Amino acid sequence: MRRLLPYPFVSAALFLLWLLLNESVAPGTALVGAVLALLGGWSFALLEPGTARVRRLGTALRLLGLVLADVVRSNIDVARIILGPHRVHRSGFIEIPLTLRNPQGLAALACILTATPGSAWVEYDSGEGMLLLHVLDLADEAAWVRTVKDRYEAPLMEIFP
Amino acid sequence: MTGAVDLPIWAAVPVALLLLVGAALTLIGSIGLLRLRSFYERVHAPTLGSSLGVGCVLLASMLFFSVLQTRLVVHEVLIGLFVVATTPVTLMLLARAALYRDRQEGSDQVPRRQER
Repeated sequence: MRRLLPYPFVSAALFLLWLLLNESVAPGTALVGAVLALLGGWSFALLEPGTARVRRLGTALRLLGLVLADVVRSNIDVARIILGPHRVHRSGFIEIPLTLRNPQGLAALACILTATPGSAWVEYDSGEGMLLLHVLDLADEAAWVRTVKDRYEAPLMEIFP
Repeated sequence: MTGAVDLPIWAAVPVALLLLVGAALTLIGSIGLLRLRSFYERVHAPTLGSSLGVGCVLLASMLFFSVLQTRLVVHEVLIGLFVVATTPVTLMLLARAALYRDRQEGSDQVPRRQER
C-alpha cells in the first residue's frame, strides 16, 4: 500500500482536482483521474519532500477564518493608503525572530503574510530563524510583531508540530 | 450557452456587486503601482488584486454559474488555491532580488545582512 500510494493525501487531492476541473464523475474521467493521482503520488515521492503531519484540524479552521477576516481588513487598509494623500504613512522593514522551524509551517506563514496586503515576506534566515518583513503601514512596530507571533505563528506551531 | 438575462434579480445584484468590488480593488492595486514611492512599497499594491480582488470575482462567478445551471459550481475554488499558493513565490523572488541589488550597491535604505 505504501509503495502504491506513498502520499495518499497528495494522490487524493490530485484525484479531486481532476474531478473538479472536469466537473464530472463519469467512469472515464475517474479512471484518468486515478492514473493521474497514482503518477502524481510517485513523482512527488521522487522529490523526497518529507512528511507533513497536520494536527488539530479545529485550530487550522479557526486560523483560516482569522486569515480571511484579516485579508478583508488589510485590503481596506491598503486601499485607503493608496487612495489617501501622499506621505502620511510610513513604511519600513521589521525583523521578527521566529520560533517556528517546520518547513511546511513556514510555507503556510509565507502564504498568509503574502495573501494579506500590507505585509510582504522579504527574507528568512534559517540559521537564526529571523524573518525580515516589509510592511506598508509601520505605525506600530510592536503590534506587527505581536500579530505575526501570536495570531499566526502560535496556531501554526500547534498545527505543524 | 448562458444568458445573463435569465439570472433572477436576487442573484444578479450580489453578482454585480461582487464583480464591481473585485474590479475596483484590482484597479486600486494598479493605481498603487503608480502612486507608491519605493519598490518595496509598490510590491504590496498588486496583492489587492490577488487576494480579495480575485476572491470577489471568483465568488461572483460561482454564484452566477451555480444559479444559472441550478447546480453547485465550485471549481473556481481551484483558481483561488493556485493564486494563493503561487503568489508568494513570485513576490519573494522579486523582493529578494531587489534586496540583494540594494545591498550590493550599499544602500542605507535596506537593513544589512546580519553578521554571524
